[in-house]
Amino acid sequence: MAQLEMTTGERQERRSTLSRRQLLSSAFAILGLLVFFAATLILVALITQMTIQGAPRLNWKFLTSFPSSDPLQAGILAAWVGSLLVIVTTMFVAVPLGVAAGIYLEEYGGTNWLAGLIEINVTNLAGVPSIVYGLLALGFFNQQLGLGESVLTAGLTLALLILPIVIVTTREALRAIPSSLREAAYALGSSKWQMIWDHVLPYSFGSILTGIIIGLSRAIGETAPLITIGALTFIAFLPPLPIQPQFPFISFEWLKAPFTVMPIQMFNWVSRPDPEFQANAAAAGVVLIFMTLTLNGFAIFLRYRFRKGIKW
Amino acid sequence: MVEELSSPKLNFPTTDLKAEVKDLDFYYGASKAIKNVNMSVPARKVTALIGPSGCGKTTLLRCFNRMHDLYPGNRYDGQIVLDGINILDRKVDPIEVRMRISMVFQRPNPFPKSIYENVAYGLRVQGLTKRNAVDEKVEQALKGAALWNEVKDRLAESAYALSGGQQQRLCIARAIATNPDIVLFDEPTSALDPIATASIEDLVNELKQQVTILIVTHSMQQAARLSDYTAFMYLGELLEFNQTTVLFNQPAHKRTQDYVSGRFG
Repeated sequence: MAQLEMTTGERQERRSTLSRRQLLSSAFAILGLLVFFAATLILVALITQMTIQGAPRLNWKFLTSFPSSDPLQAGILAAWVGSLLVIVTTMFVAVPLGVAAGIYLEEYGGTNWLAGLIEINVTNLAGVPSIVYGLLALGFFNQQLGLGESVLTAGLTLALLILPIVIVTTREALRAIPSSLREAAYALGSSKWQMIWDHVLPYSFGSILTGIIIGLSRAIGETAPLITIGALTFIAFLPPLPIQPQFPFISFEWLKAPFTVMPIQMFNWVSRPDPEFQANAAAAGVVLIFMTLTLNGFAIFLRYRFRKGIKW
Repeated sequence: MVEELSSPKLNFPTTDLKAEVKDLDFYYGASKAIKNVNMSVPARKVTALIGPSGCGKTTLLRCFNRMHDLYPGNRYDGQIVLDGINILDRKVDPIEVRMRISMVFQRPNPFPKSIYENVAYGLRVQGLTKRNAVDEKVEQALKGAALWNEVKDRLAESAYALSGGQQQRLCIARAIATNPDIVLFDEPTSALDPIATASIEDLVNELKQQVTILIVTHSMQQAARLSDYTAFMYLGELLEFNQTTVLFNQPAHKRTQDYVSGRFG
């Protein structure tokens, strides 16, 4: 056992290495804390500054008025209704398509070169600049399909934009479910679909939802592709109501209506020389952030409700 | 090289056979993992598969419920006959096989659902929906797995709240709930402590009254304690198959002798 015994020198050497390692460890903790504060502070400062600037405009009248050339009369009714409708459309298109595509690619698609090619392309699509999607949509949805400058065109465009995000996160969420659970389901005589529907999908739904929300949050702030497809910047009417007094009570006319969205309204106001409009833009920014946070909050709530059913 | 094979088929009188493996080869892609295996599985007995790591005992076990069908590139050659039907036949739906031959895995793998739902799932898959009938079968299965008394007041709790040993017994309950013909055990105690292991072994002993059991184990003591018949596998071949007492005490092959006496493995 002679080689296990240490000389005093070796012992000292070991102790000093240890203290160096500990020092490095705490140094990184401090660095991390600093970076965290820097990032948070900038964010908080931006939001605070915007809120202060926009505060005088933030009232009920601002939310229920159409735009106007008089900054004090102008409001964001058309913009927030437009944003809401576009996001709802986006959601109804992107979520089923994206989740289904993710399930197909991960569970059914093979592992050959074609699957690999598709995977690389989907991942790359997530990084394509949004204006490119705008151009595609202008040519295809707006002109070719004749959908015009409508809520539907906008919803489809943004759905296209976030599809790769939804697909990739769905695949990752499915991949994270351990194969032991899949085998357990199969061993009991599940079909492939039963295995997916009863097990893999519920267990991964929380993570899939996170992907959907990241996508929708990105979509709600998009401006460029919507300007490209021809969203209006000044609009003084609302799309027709989806609920009607006569049969069949539900109408989808709103899908064909022209629209504007929050970021476009903000951009429009920011680009005007009158400083009063800057306050309007700031106020609209606060509302937009509020909308995004509400969306996120709703998702967190859903995820929480959902995970209560899953008993990890 | 393995020494020449004397007939590894049954060389002892048996009354009742549940399944028979005939000239079975199995390939993972190009590599042959099971070579010409012939053996029989006696009904309502415990048959153990033993052998050094990589000898193909788990591979053979997973042939019985067509688990290999889940992954591409795998190929069976030969037959496993159950009630006159070759269950490896391509015309036989693996799902049908798995509904009759269930499996308990190496590590406890309960679903992240309630204790009740874990046991009820296999029944639901098979189309049993009547609340009362499901309740009754779940209770039966949990009693069969010696878990009922510990969980009867918390059936709605998560299966993940149970200890490792309890989880494995829950997996056994899940596997026996549908009254399968055969239950496959793939080293069911290798992730458990000695006390949990003992309770699983008691359970296996109990279960063989009603169901045929095929168990893979790396522990020779476990095979000796539990099984009525033992198959010794080596390099993908079935070297020797006999009553456990005979195989352990008067093995016909030198390699079997060396393995069961702990000289290699």
